[in-house]
This record gives sequence, structure tokens and C-alpha cells, in this order.
Amino acid sequence: MTSRLVVVGHGPAAHRLVEALRERDSAGRWRITVVGEEPRTAYDRVALTSYLTDGADLGYPPHDESVTVRTGERVTAIDRAAGVVRTDAGATLPYDALVLATGSVPFVPPVPGAENAFVYRTIDDLDALRAAVATSGDLTMSRRAAGVVVGGGLLGLEAARALQGLGLDTHVVEVAPWLMPRQLDEGGGAMLRRHIEALGMTVHTGVGLDRVEPGAVRLAGDVVIDAGVVVFSAGIRPRDDLARAAGLPVGERGGVVVDDACRTEDPRVFAIGECALVGGMVYGLVGPCFTMAEVVADRLLGGEARFTGADLSTQLKLMGVDVASFGDPSADALDVIYTDPVAGIYKRLVVSDDAQTLLGGVLVGDASSYPTLRAYVGAKLPGTPEQALFGGTEAAGGALPGATVICSCNNVTAGTIRAAIAEDGLTDVPAVKACTRAGTGCGSCVPLVKKILDAELTAAGVEVSKALCEHFDHSRAELFDIVRVRGITTFSQLIAEHGHGRGCDICKPVVASILASLGNGHILDGEQAGLQDTNDRFLANMQKNGTYSVVPRIPGGEITPEKLIVIGEVAREFGLYTKITGGQRIDLFGARVEQLPEIWKRLIDAGFESGHAYGKALRTVKSCVGSTWCRYGVQDSVALAIRLELRYRGLRAPHKIKSAVSGCARECAEAQSKDFGVIATERGWNLYVAGNGGMRPRHADLFAQDLDEDTLVRYIDRFLMFYIRTADRLQRTASWLENLEGGLDYLREVIVEDRLGICAELDAAMERHVAGYSDEWRAILEDPEKLRRFVSFVNAPGMPDPSIVFEPERDQIKPAMVEVTR
Amino acid sequence: MTETLASAPAGTGTLAAPRWTAVCDYDDLQPERGVCALVGDRQVAIFRTYEGALYALSGHDPFSGANVLAWGIVGTRAGLPTVASPMYKQVFDLTTGRCLDDPAVSVPTFRVRRAGGRVEVAES
Ligand code: SRM
Ligand SMILES: Cc1cc2nc3c(=O)[nH]c(=O)nc-3n(C[C@H](O)[C@H](O)[C@H](O)COP(=O)(O)OP(=O)(O)OC[C@H]3O[C@@H](n4cnc5c(N)ncnc54)[C@H](O)[C@@H]3O)c2cc1C
Ligand code: SF4
Ligand code: FES
Repeated sequence: MTSRLVVVGHGPAAHRLVEALRERDSAGRWRITVVGEEPRTAYDRVALTSYLTDGADLGYPPHDESVTVRTGERVTAIDRAAGVVRTDAGATLPYDALVLATGSVPFVPPVPGAENAFVYRTIDDLDALRAAVATSGDLTMSRRAAGVVVGGGLLGLEAARALQGLGLDTHVVEVAPWLMPRQLDEGGGAMLRRHIEALGMTVHTGVGLDRVEPGAVRLAGDVVIDAGVVVFSAGIRPRDDLARAAGLPVGERGGVVVDDACRTEDPRVFAIGECALVGGMVYGLVGPCFTMAEVVADRLLGGEARFTGADLSTQLKLMGVDVASFGDPSADALDVIYTDPVAGIYKRLVVSDDAQTLLGGVLVGDASSYPTLRAYVGAKLPGTPEQALFGGTEAAGGALPGATVICSCNNVTAGTIRAAIAEDGLTDVPAVKACTRAGTGCGSCVPLVKKILDAELTAAGVEVSKALCEHFDHSRAELFDIVRVRGITTFSQLIAEHGHGRGCDICKPVVASILASLGNGHILDGEQAGLQDTNDRFLANMQKNGTYSVVPRIPGGEITPEKLIVIGEVAREFGLYTKITGGQRIDLFGARVEQLPEIWKRLIDAGFESGHAYGKALRTVKSCVGSTWCRYGVQDSVALAIRLELRYRGLRAPHKIKSAVSGCARECAEAQSKDFGVIATERGWNLYVAGNGGMRPRHADLFAQDLDEDTLVRYIDRFLMFYIRTADRLQRTASWLENLEGGLDYLREVIVEDRLGICAELDAAMERHVAGYSDEWRAILEDPEKLRRFVSFVNAPGMPDPSIVFEPERDQIKPAMVEVTR
Repeated sequence: MTETLASAPAGTGTLAAPRWTAVCDYDDLQPERGVCALVGDRQVAIFRTYEGALYALSGHDPFSGANVLAWGIVGTRAGLPTVASPMYKQVFDLTTGRCLDDPAVSVPTFRVRRAGGRVEVAES
């Protein structure tokens, strides 16, 4: 016999209920009908803002076809005696069990003019808001249009940031004395205010709303904000009207009263999600709503599941501001508080009287330890509270007790995650998400999920191989540290102690580059010579016919006529093909090995030096003409480009490094497509990092703004050295940053805030590089031992390779290629 | 001094005694850094391994058509001594001249020996 289940509302709670029931009801006991008032099926309300900012598709996966979903239809009454609900479409739907999942509505304060304000709850709300913003500019022609958000809680701040994203000057009005009063204490609230103000919003606290007028908002005490758009986000009210009208008990402050099975007084009627009052609480977070859905699915199939309370930890989803609260931050116990007004950090832990058990806490300005700390709520801390405050629980991933809830959105414990990893052989985060649902809600637990996964994989010995090649089990970054820490100076020592065999064309150039980055003399000294990749071997780029090219350095692309003439003369004399490169310099092609030293001698005598076009090293720092000549330039981009090129010339790295400096925002030097790029501003320099052209172009990220030149150089020094130490083989800065855990924010912490405490070391390493630089080509010319390797034939030193032949094209030479025969 | 440290078999069926050509001093060869020698009209790439063994292959890279094999990186693959072409990086077995990345391709090998302080390559 099948029974009929009617679900009212199709939000996250209803969707989860149906999914859970369909998954477990293998006997097909329930035939499900869902009635949802919104014009679309359920979607991820938690991610609502991304609909506005990125146009994200929030829809949850559709249910299987056995489920009837009636969208755009509202249930208007419950007839408990008849066992039916009625809808505004005139339908009468009979039920054997009824689940109310009607959620809540934003609370709209009863002030005059409130009907002209917006709310922030549904996709339709956002469409309306966006349309209003699009026209609001007309009202205030000359100025930027303004918007007001009433309510300085989690949702209010999220909405405020979204309004700002739509181009409005945004004000936040909070009646309590500080922002996020439900989660933060006064100190945390004050710090948060500074962060919000730093984002460019205006904050009004401790002041109520008086009225909404056309084009203005009037606050108590006659403060008037000229604003075309007003959004209310001052709390939510459970939608309990249906239950109330059907005679079911509701709470004093709203909410359908249910027991721990989520059942109302009427055994056939349940309520879940934000409309339910369970254990005296209405939960405004999606995690508990999901748990209630799971409880009811279980009950409908005869189970005994109970709702026993839920984690109220939350994080503010607001770009650029870290705020998190976990456990019960208002518990009456010991407080450990840390504030750093300069960095804008406020952290507070509440621990039991013996300082052992974590009860709750608040983090403002740096919430990186939120996932771990939240997981420890109610458990013994692994160290002292101070250590916990400063990330001391970092390594804890593997050691967390199995019962610890890791994902509170989906109520997934560490034990469940570990079991899934072991039983289903999961090896990556997406698989763990799919299998356990952990991390599929607000996403804040994902770092912790990753940590547990890594710990489990390592323990099981199924570590993803980082081995460079068959000769080394280490990654490039690990080898770098081994070489650096152990002071190894030769490949032979390294491979004897840390590798197998005699190396190959993968590991040898890597080790050559590491040795060079750490300053081990000339790259053709002794054994190093045999490690060098094709182009480094003769300090020139090999062409398709076995000839080489010559690229002298032309810092910043600036060159005197005298030097230009020398290049021309050398090219003419040696019969080289000449081309202006994409890197603002000149490439001379078609030189034979034995000609290279003679060519370089001529160039060096004229004041040139190696351009390292052959090396995984700094290539060029391109520049535009800048303020000296350009009528728009605001800084001397040429001078800076030359300074940077001379500073980093010869610096060996995991891959080549390119840079550019533009003299103003017009960006003629294309600095945003470089590994590090600099753009002049009225006040200094903006630094961009991790861009490139090439095979997979990536725009560089803005790293810091309006820097003075010394700070700029210091940041670049550290950026480059950090990259050199930690990147993989042949990984350019772009993919390095994309793979760096914590991304750009983390990079800033390392470079600007010295989070790892290595800045002094990085600075010193760069100073050593700068001080130790000398021209590689000059050194060749000065060393007969090296010089005599530049021959085509060991037994006929002056003789050119007779197989190298050229033919003319457009008044220059080109290789005459013999057909390849194998 | 031993006469030969290592020598790769030349083409089979050569009956005539090989004509050895001295190309350089043994000490001119740096371990794992090849040189190219002109032997008759053939370009021969000569390698000295880390252990001191000598190998000689045709210097002609069959994949690019350029005479560049001598400039490749010398190493090992699964224990075999190898050189990787500097042009497109195919790896050749120094003992047989076989391309380990494309078994259909191989390059000729030459006999090479150490005679006194000199390195000699057999023509043919
Ligand atoms: C000469 C030049 C082309 C030209 O005629 O303009 C050139 C020539 C070569 N490029 Fe390039 N690239 C040249 C500018 C560029 C640029 C443009 C730029 O720098 O503004 C790019 C795109 C920008 C970028 O790198 O982000 C560029 C992207 C590449 C790439 C792809 C890199 C990537 O990350 O995807 C390679 C392959 C590689 O490095 O692995 C490459 C590799 C090469 C090599 C070195 C390949 C090789 O190993 O033989 C070419 C040989 C040069 C030679 O024989 O002398 N070249 N190459 C340019 C030399 C600039 C210079 O003065 O140093
Ligand atoms: C912008 C925003 C950000 C948020 N961020 C987070 C966050 O980071 N973390 C977190 O945990 N939570 C967050 N939340 C809260 C979370 O979205 C809610 O807890 C969750 O949506 C509650 O789910 P629900 O199914 O109970 O109710 P709802 O999502 O409100 O769904 C109820 C549905 O029922 C429909 N309905 C109501 N009455 C009827 C009727 N009579 N007939 C037919 N249909 C009806 C409604 O139209 C609605 O579609 C956020 C909410 C918003 C708005
Ligand atoms: S980037 Fe600006 S300063 Fe430089 S050339 Fe272009 S317009 Fe002139
Ligand atoms: S805690 Fe929100 S997704 Fe896991």
C-alpha cells in the first residue's frame, strides 16, 4: 500500500527531505507531492548572493520522476479533519502525512514607507532589486546612487556587499550598538566595523529606522540618507500561518511547535526547516534544516531518529572580510582574547574553567583557523588555548575524534568521512563531497575535509606521487629544501644520497636550476655543465637545424643608436638572421656553436651582456615609454623597468619569468600578462602577480596598490624567491599561484605579513643573488676551459658543421632543411 | 691501462679489421657531457658515463634531422645508460642506439675504446 506525502514549500529543507526519502524508501511506501510557491524548483538559498554577483545557477538537482513537484502554487489551507490541503490554484491534495517546510520571510519593520523597501530572500527578490538599482541612478543624477541595508547581521552585511557590487554607495543601519550583535561581542563588533568601513561602506550603529521616504531613508534622531534603494534584513519570521490557521500550536515569537521527531501535536503533520520551533529554537541556518529533513525521512519509514540540537557556527560570506563564530561564544566561562588593531584581527576563545575544553569563540579579520576550531567545540583542545588561537591545531586533521562534526551544514562527522575514504577508496575532495555531502553547503569545512583526506591517504600509503621522475621520489620543492638545508652543491651527491640511478633530462635541469638559484657559481662549472638543458648548455637557444640564436639584454627595451649599430654590424658580419622579438629586444639567428664566443666577444666589448633568452630565468622587463615622453604617463616606467631587469637578471627559476612596467593605466606594456607586472598610479605603483601569455593565458592578480618603489621591490623580491622555493618543475607563476593552497590571500600573508616568518630569509637570498650576479657570457670568454667546449667537433675545433646550410629569404638567411629520414 | 673499457657492437658481419680513429684525449671527455667527432664524413657523438664507460652513436638526430645528439643530457633509464636528444627529447639507449620512446627508430652505434690516454672510434 502506498501512502501519500504532501510537502508544503520547496526550499532546501523540503528538497533534502524528498531526496533522503527517495534514497531510503526502496519499497516505494510514499508517493510524494511537493507544492512550492516560488516559480522554480528548490535552489541553494545559501549561495543566493552569487546569483547576483556571478549569475550563478543555484538550482538543486531535480527529483526523480516519481515525485510530483507543483511550482508557482501556494498552499492556502490545511484541513486536518479531511486530511487535505488546498492551494491557490484550486487544487485539493489529500495526504497521509504532511510536512510543512515553508521556511521563513524577512522581518519587515512596521515603519511608514516600508512597502517601498526590498528584501533579500528569493531569486525574485534579487531580480526586483537589480531592476531597481538599474533605474535608481536617474533619481540622483549627479552623484553615485546610494543604497541602505537595514540590519547589520550576517545576511544584512552580505546584502550590503552585494549592493555595493551593483555600484551603489552603501550604508548599513544596525539598531544594536555593534554589527552582528547575535554572534559578536563588542570588541569583535568594533573590529568588524573597521573592516566594513575599509570596504567603503558607511556604518550606522545604535540607531533605529524612522521611516522610508521616496529617495531617502530617515533614521531616528533626524539622520537622513539619500537613497533610492532600501533593503530590509532585520531578521526572519517563521512562516507558521498555515499551521496557526489549522489550530496547531505555534511559539510565542513564531514557529510551528514540534517535538524532537519534528512532529506537531497532530501525529500526521510534521514541520522542518526554518518554519519549525524545535526544542524552543527556530534555526536560521541550513545545516539544522537538513538535519530535520533527515529526521523526518527516517520517521516516515518507521525509524527513531531525533533532532537533538545543532551547531550554530557561522561564517560571514563576504569577500575580503573574515568573520566566524563557532560553538557558544556567550558561554559563561574563561575568555582568551587576542586583538591586533593594526592588522584588524580580533580572536576570542571561550574555554571551560580548566582551560581544556573549547566551548566557542569568535574570529574577526583572520578566520583561517575556523574549520579546525569549530570541529573542536565541545572537545579537549590538543594544546593550550594560545596555541589554538594561533593555528596550533593545524596538524590536527588526522587526530580529530571520530564523533567531531566536521561539516555542520550536513552534519557529517570526521568518522563518517574517514569511513567513506577507506571503504570507497576515495582519493580526492570532490569524491568525498559526492559521497558524504561534507562541504556541499557553505563550503567552509572544505579545508578541513581536505586535511582529513590527506592524513588518511598518507596513513594508507596511497599518497599521490610527487616524484619528479624515476630518479627522485621528491617534488621539486622538496629537492630545493633538501639542497638548501643540507648545503648540497653537486648533483652526484644529491642523487647518491636522495635518488637512484644517474638522472635524466627531467631531473638534471631541475637540479641545475636549483643549484643556480642557490648561487653555485657559473652554470657550466664542472659537473653542472652536464646537467644543463639544451639551451643552457651553450647559453643560446637551439634552432631547428642545430644552429643557435643570440639575444643580448636590452633592459626595458631602451637602446642607444650606437648599440643598435653594433648589433647590426655583428649580424651583417656573421650573416645572422635578424628579428625584433616579442620581448622588446633583438634576436640574431643562425649562429653555429663555434661562432658563439666570437659573436659574444663583439657584443660584450660594446657593452652588452647575456639576455638569458635561453634560461629558465628572468627574460625581459618590458616597458612603455612612460612619463618622460608620454603625455599620459604618471611615473617613469622605463627607469623602473631597467631597475627591475638589472636586479633580477640571471635569476634562475622553475620556469622563465617575465615582467613589464606601464607608465599609466592605459597599460601599453601589458604588465597584466606577466609573472609580475607593475602599473604606475598617481601615488606609486600597483603590483600584479602571476599572469602570463603563452599557452594558457592568465591575467595577473592585483597584489598591492600604490606602493612606493622600495616596498614594491621588496614584495617582488619575496614573491620571486618564494616562487623559486616552492614551485614545481616548469610551473610558471600563474599555475603555481592557482595551486597554492590559500591562493592570493595566503601569498599576501606570506609576503606582506610574514606569516611563515621567512621574509628575512627570502630578502637575504635575493640580496645574495643581486650581489653575486655576473655576466655568464663574459665568464665564458674569460675561461679557456669553458671556451674550448664551444666547438662543433672535438677533433676539428674550427670546423663548421657541414650539414648546416642556409638559403635566402626576404634578403636574409633561413635554414635549408634536409628532409627528415628515419 | 686496459685497452677497451666498453665498446658497442658495430654493424654485424664486418669481417675486415676495424680502422680505429683517435678523436681526443680521454681526459677531454667530461663525464656525462658528450662531444661530437668527425670520423670520415660521419658525425659521431661520444659519451663518457659517470662510471667511466665510453659509448658512441651517430650524432644525427633522426627526429629533427639535425646533428645534435652529442649535446643531449646523459643519464639512465631503468638502469640503461641513455642520452636524450636536445631537440625534441626522445631518449636513446647508449648501448644499442635504440630509441626507448619509439622502438621503431634507432641510430647507428660505433665501436669506441680507450687506447692509452686517447679515445678511438672505429670507422664503419
Ligand atoms: C624570439 C621569441 C619570438 C619572437 O620572435 O618574438 C620567442 C621564441 C621562443 N619562445 Fe617564446 N619567444 C618570444 C616571446 C614570447 C612571448 C611574448 C613576450 O614575452 O612578451 C610569449 C608569451 C608570453 C609569456 O611567456 O607569458 C612566449 C611564449 C613562449 C612559450 C609558452 C610559455 C607558456 O607559459 O605557455 C614557450 C615554451 C616554454 O617556454 O616552455 C616559448 C619558447 C620559446 C623558445 C625559447 C622555444 C625554444 O626553447 O627554442 C623560442 C626560441 C627562441 C630562439 O630560438 O631564440 N615561448 N614567447 C620571443 C623572444 C622574446 C625575448 O626577447 O626574449
Ligand atoms: C542571502 C542568504 C544567505 C544565507 N547564507 C547562509 C549561510 O551561509 N549558512 C547557512 O547555514 N544558512 C544561510 N542562509 C539561510 C538558509 O538559506 C536557510 O536556513 C534555508 O534556506 C532554510 O531552508 P527552508 O527550506 O527551511 O526554508 P526556505 O529556504 O525559506 O524555503 C521555503 C520555501 O517554501 C515556500 N513556501 C512557503 N510557504 C508556502 C506555501 N504556503 N505554499 C507553497 N510554498 C510555500 C517558500 O516560497 C520557499 O520557497 C542564508 C539565507 C539567505 C537568504
Ligand atoms: S602606458 Fe601610459 S604612459 Fe605608458 S605609453 Fe601607454 S599611455 Fe603612455
Ligand atoms: S560546514 Fe558548510 S559545507 Fe560543510
